[in-house]
Amino acid sequence: MTRKRRRLYWLLACGLGVGSAAALALSAFRDNLVFFVLPSDLAAQHPGPDRTLRLGGLVAEGSVMRGSEDGHPLARFRITDGRDAVPVTFSGILPDLFREGQGVVALGTLGRDGVFHAAEVLAKHDETYMPKDVAEALKQKGLWNPKAGPPPPASTWNTLAPAKAGAATKAGG
Amino acid sequence: MTAESSASPGGFEMAPGAAMFRSVDALSSLAAPVPPKAPGRGLHRFANPGRFLRLAGALQPWLTAGGLILTAAGLVWGLVFAPADWQQGDAVRIMYVHVPAAWLASAGYLALAVCSVLSLVWRHPLADLAAAEIGPVGAAFTGICLATGSLWGKPMWGAWWVWDARLTSVLVLFFLYLGHIALIRAFDDPTRGYRAGAILALVGVVNLPIIKFSVDWWNTLHQPATISLTGAPSMYLGMLWPLALTALGYTLVFAALVTARTRAAVMERRIRALLMAAAAREDGAVQVAA
Repeated sequence: MTRKRRRLYWLLACGLGVGSAAALALSAFRDNLVFFVLPSDLAAQHPGPDRTLRLGGLVAEGSVMRGSEDGHPLARFRITDGRDAVPVTFSGILPDLFREGQGVVALGTLGRDGVFHAAEVLAKHDETYMPKDVAEALKQKGLWNPKAGPPPPASTWNTLAPAKAGAATKAGG
Repeated sequence: MTAESSASPGGFEMAPGAAMFRSVDALSSLAAPVPPKAPGRGLHRFANPGRFLRLAGALQPWLTAGGLILTAAGLVWGLVFAPADWQQGDAVRIMYVHVPAAWLASAGYLALAVCSVLSLVWRHPLADLAAAEIGPVGAAFTGICLATGSLWGKPMWGAWWVWDARLTSVLVLFFLYLGHIALIRAFDDPTRGYRAGAILALVGVVNLPIIKFSVDWWNTLHQPATISLTGAPSMYLGMLWPLALTALGYTLVFAALVTARTRAAVMERRIRALLMAAAAREDGAVQVAA
């Protein structure tokens, strides 16, 4: 065996060791590596009322109620993952992308009454990028309701010719 | 190390007068860059610095001009003419700066890892130099990715920074680059720096799959990949084309920067070797005179 070949084998062995060590560590800390828990996790775990955690999911369709309390804006909505839904209250300014059907992550505590009191709400946007007129066209044709879920498969719309209204919607969008 | 490096590459010609400086500088043959009679096998063809300089010098203007033109065209297309996103509005245009930088940050680290393997296993002298020069360029692209991502996160997510798996693993990549830059230059004997830097770079490779798959393995605030090998990209084609153009441009700019830096490093070594040879001759002359 030449020296080069021996060094190559040493390197491969070390790589295997480092790789499996990393894989083991990541799978051991799996629960701590998630950025947020889902409503169904919350239903299964029953965290204490004082524990601060992040709750993530979609804003349930038709659940958003905006009001005010003592002069502060107060929003009530439900966060759902399709199986369970958790009612959330948040006093503050919601991000621009907040809407029904949007993914959000709320930081706060779960009260004894089962209501999640959020101190901060972040919007999570999905991986689809489409111009406003394409989104409008899909909605008009009844192919997609953004409040209900993700858009149809990309191959059905990503080559759509933009409407002539493109210039007008660009300023507004 | 000395015996091996001088023995291995076939196309590695030692000028007779420089042979005594092997231990100081493996590339001291640069003092007399004669074309090799028998080219080495495989990648060791490029261990001959004269051949590398000729090839890189010919490539350099194409890489630089192509990179600048494609990047400028892609950015103008993306920032001005591409359609705005239906929900993100014009903020989506940050993508054309951010996403190619993120790709190049990871791809650059992969290049650093390949150089490190060449350096550790085959003791390739140019791989050492290239690894030292990839580091700062990769760190700069990672910095661009982090800064623009932060600027994009505030208006869209509502936060400049969150500690989710994607953002944290890219920050680790940035620190790996910085650590490599520092470590590879931390020794008086450059060879020891190259070895240490190569080992650090290779240990850091475990971070690359973590960056790529963090958005699939764990739930994160960062969205999953838009462009995959298996499905249609969930992006309007009028947005995808400028992104592809910018990505190609960034790649060429990255290559141009690394090539220019490596050429400069090779020439620096040549100058150092010439100066040392001259100093040694003077020493010898003084001793003879005395």
